[in-house]
Amino acid sequence: MKYCAQPFLMRRVPMPDRTSLIPRLRTMILSPTARGIVSLLLVFLLGLLFNADGAFFSWDTHRDMLRQVSVYGILACGMTVVIISGGIDLAVGSILGLAAVLFSLFSIHWGWSVIPAIAVTIAAAAFCGAISGGLIARFRIQPFIATLAMMVFARGLAKLVSGGQKISTAVQLPDGSYQYVDVPQIFNTIGSRLLDDNIAVVTLVLMFCVLLSWIFLDRLRWGRYTYAVGGNEDSSWLAGVPVSAVKLLAYALSGLFCGVAGICQAAQELQGDPEAGSTYELSAIAIVVIGGISLRGGRGSIWMTALGILTIGYLEKVLSINAVGEESRLMLTGIIIIAAVLFQKRMR
Amino acid sequence: MKAIRKSFSGVEVLKGIDFDLCAGEVHVLAGENGAGKSTLMKILAGVYRDHDGEIFLKGRRVRFSSPHEARANGIAIIYQELSLVEPMSVAENLLLARQRVGSVWFDRNASRKAADLLLKEMHLNIDPDRPVEEFPISVRQLVEIARALSLNADILIMDEPTSTLNAQEVDRLFAAIRAVTGRGCGVIYISHKLEEIDRIADRITVLRDGGTVGTSWASDLTRDELIRKMVGRQITDHFPYTRTERGREVLAVNHLTVAGSGSGDRPDVHEVSFSVFEGEIVGLAGVQGSGTSEILHALFGDARGRVHGTITLPGRRTARRTPRSMISQGMVLQTNDRKVNGLVMGMSITGNITLASLARYSPGGWLSHSRERRASAGQAQRLRIRAASLSDSVEYLSGGNQQKVVFAKWLETDPRILLLDDPTRGIDVGAKQEIYELLMQLKGKGCGILLVSSELPELLALSDRILVMRKGEVVREFARGEAIQDEILRAALLDAAGAHA
Repeated sequence: MKYCAQPFLMRRVPMPDRTSLIPRLRTMILSPTARGIVSLLLVFLLGLLFNADGAFFSWDTHRDMLRQVSVYGILACGMTVVIISGGIDLAVGSILGLAAVLFSLFSIHWGWSVIPAIAVTIAAAAFCGAISGGLIARFRIQPFIATLAMMVFARGLAKLVSGGQKISTAVQLPDGSYQYVDVPQIFNTIGSRLLDDNIAVVTLVLMFCVLLSWIFLDRLRWGRYTYAVGGNEDSSWLAGVPVSAVKLLAYALSGLFCGVAGICQAAQELQGDPEAGSTYELSAIAIVVIGGISLRGGRGSIWMTALGILTIGYLEKVLSINAVGEESRLMLTGIIIIAAVLFQKRMR
Repeated sequence: MKAIRKSFSGVEVLKGIDFDLCAGEVHVLAGENGAGKSTLMKILAGVYRDHDGEIFLKGRRVRFSSPHEARANGIAIIYQELSLVEPMSVAENLLLARQRVGSVWFDRNASRKAADLLLKEMHLNIDPDRPVEEFPISVRQLVEIARALSLNADILIMDEPTSTLNAQEVDRLFAAIRAVTGRGCGVIYISHKLEEIDRIADRITVLRDGGTVGTSWASDLTRDELIRKMVGRQITDHFPYTRTERGREVLAVNHLTVAGSGSGDRPDVHEVSFSVFEGEIVGLAGVQGSGTSEILHALFGDARGRVHGTITLPGRRTARRTPRSMISQGMVLQTNDRKVNGLVMGMSITGNITLASLARYSPGGWLSHSRERRASAGQAQRLRIRAASLSDSVEYLSGGNQQKVVFAKWLETDPRILLLDDPTRGIDVGAKQEIYELLMQLKGKGCGILLVSSELPELLALSDRILVMRKGEVVREFARGEAIQDEILRAALLDAAGAHA
C-alpha cells in the first residue's frame, strides 16, 4: 500500500554532519565570496613577484591604487544592484560623462552653490537611469538594448549640453575671448586627500557608496525584492513582488551612483569632459564579474564587488608600476580577467 | 528492457520494470500521470544514464550514454515538449537531425526536395521554407513527428503526441504510424486517451506507481478493465479526511472565460461558474489542457489570455487583479512547478518563506532579520521542514521539503482562499501525508481550498465536491461519496480527442 502512515520519530532523516570540520571548511572554501578572494590573492601575488624594485611594498602605491580605482568602484556599486536584479547597465560611462559636464556647468559657469549643484546633477543622472529602467520594466525591452540606447543618448546629451567643449575654468566671453575663473572650492575638496595625505576624498566617497549598497541590498525590503526578481521573476511576481518597480529602482540607483562618480571625476580633472567615462561601463562590469558575481542575477553581494574593486585596482597598479605599455596592459588585463573567471569556475 | 529501476533524489520512481517491443507493432504504455511512463522512455532514449537493469536491442545488450548514441542505434523519440528550432525553416528543422557531421554546406535544393517528400508522407500541405514559429502548434507537432519518422528508426517512441492535435490530424498521425510499422518499425505509444489506445494499440502495458500492472493484447482488454488497471488502488483511510461545517461563501465565480493563449484557438476556459465556501475543499479534475490550471491562474490575476466574467470575493473589490492585490485579499496560488514559478532557487529558505509577506518583517522598509528568522523557524517547525539550517539555499532541499517551503510562504500571508495546483507533485509519500494533514487543518480553520491534482485518488479522498473539466468547460459535478473514480475518469477522458471527429 502506497500511503502508509509512519510515525515521524521513526523516519530516518538525513542530516548533514554539522560537527565535522572538513565539510564545513569545504563549504567555506567553495563559497562565492571565497572565489572573489582568490582572484584578489592571485593579483596580489603578481604584485609581490613583480614588485618593481620594491615599489609595490610602498604605502604610496596602495594609496594611489585606492584613489585611482574609486570612480570605477562607485560605478560598480550600481552595476552590482542591476546585475543582481538580473539585468545589465551599459549606460553608466555615458551617464558619468553627462554628470561631469552638468556639475562643471552648474558650479563653474553658472556659479551655483555646492548643494544644489550636487543635488541636481545626481537627480539628473538618476533620472537617466530611471528611464532605462522604465523601458525595461514597462515595455519589456531587453536590458542590453535599452541601456545601449541610453549609453548613446546620454553621450549625445552630454555633448549637446557642453557644446562639444570641455567645461573648464576657461569661460568663453560673448566677444570670443577667454576669461579664467577660479576653481570652485568643492572641486579642490573632492580632489584632495585627508589624514596627512593618506586617504583621498574620492576613496571615502567610494566607501560610502559601498556602505549604501550594502544597506540597500542587505537591510531594505526593496533590496530583498531585487534578489528575488533576479533569482526568479515568475516566482517573484506570483509572490506579490512589484517586479516592474523593482527593476526601475535598480537602474535608477545605478544612475544615482553614476551621478556621484561623475562629480568625483569632474573634481579630479578640474573640468567637465563630455567624453569622460567612455568604456568605464566595461570596467564596472569586469569588477563585478571578477568579484565572483554571476551575470545570471539573483546572487552575489556588495562584498564580492568590493573584492573585485581591489582586484582590478591592484591589477592596473601592478601593470603600471612595472611600466607595461598601454597596448600590452590592455591585452594582459583581458587575459587576466578570463584567467580569474576560469579559475573561479574550476572551484565550483 | 529488464528490471529497470530509477530513483530521483532518493525517491524510487521505477521499481523494476520489464518491457518488450516487437518489430512492426504498436505497444501502448498507459498509466496515470507520474506512473513512470516518461521516465522509462527517457532511459530507453539515453537521456537518463544512472539506472539499474538491462536493455537488450535485437538480442544485444546495450547501454546508451547519450541521446545521440541511442539515435545512432535506431531509437527515435518525440517528446511532449516540442524540440524544434523555432526561427529556422520547416525544411531545415526536418533535416537538421540528419545533417552529416563534417558536411559544411547546407544543400538548399536537395533539402527542399527531401522535405517536400517527408511532408507529403504526412499529408501536410505547408511551405517548407517558412520558419516553424509561423505555424500553429498542431502543425509544429506534426512537423516534429515527420522529422522523427524520417530518421528511419527501428524504434519510435511517442510521448502523448496528440495533446495538441485535432481529430483530423490524429487520423493523419495514425495513418503515418501504420505506414512505419508496415516497414517493420516498432512504435511505443504513450497516452492516457482511451479512444486512441483502442484505435492504435496492438499490445498494452499499464504502469502504476513505478511498477508494471501487466501487459496484454489490446483485443483482450476491454475499456473498463483498462481503466481499472490504470487507477488500480482503492481509496483507503490513509488519506485524512474530516468533515467541516461549511461556512460563508469565500469565492464566487460567474461565467469565467479565459481566451486561449494562441490566436484562433478555443478558449482555455469557457463559461465556468462555481463557488467555494469556508471550510470546504473543492476539487477540479481534468486531464492536462482541460483548463484546470488556467482557472487557478486566472483567479489569481496571472492569466495569459483575456479574462471575462466576474470573480467575487468577500470584502473590497479590486479594479485590477494582480497576484499582489489578490494576496492582500487573502488569496494564494501554489503553482504546479515549484522550480519554475514557486521558489526563488538562489535564495535562502528563510528568504523564500517571508517573500510574500515581507512588509510584515520590514517596518518602514527596514528588514528585521531576527523577526524573519523567528517567523521562518516557526513555519519550519509547524510544517516539519527538514533542513540543516534555514539560511541555506532552498535548492539543496528535497522536493518534499521544497514544497513545504512554498506552503510556508503562503501560510505566512494568512490566506482565506488557497488555490492549489497539484500540491503533491513529485514528492515522497511521507511529505504527501503531511501535506494532506495540513490541508485538513486549514479547512478546519475555515479556509476555502480549490484543489487541482493529477492524482485522482488524492482528489477523491480530500475533496468535498469535485468539478470535472473537459476542454475548458465544467462537464459534471460530484458531491463527496457519489464520485467514483471510473466515472470521473470517463467524464474527463472520453471523447477528449474524438468528439468533433
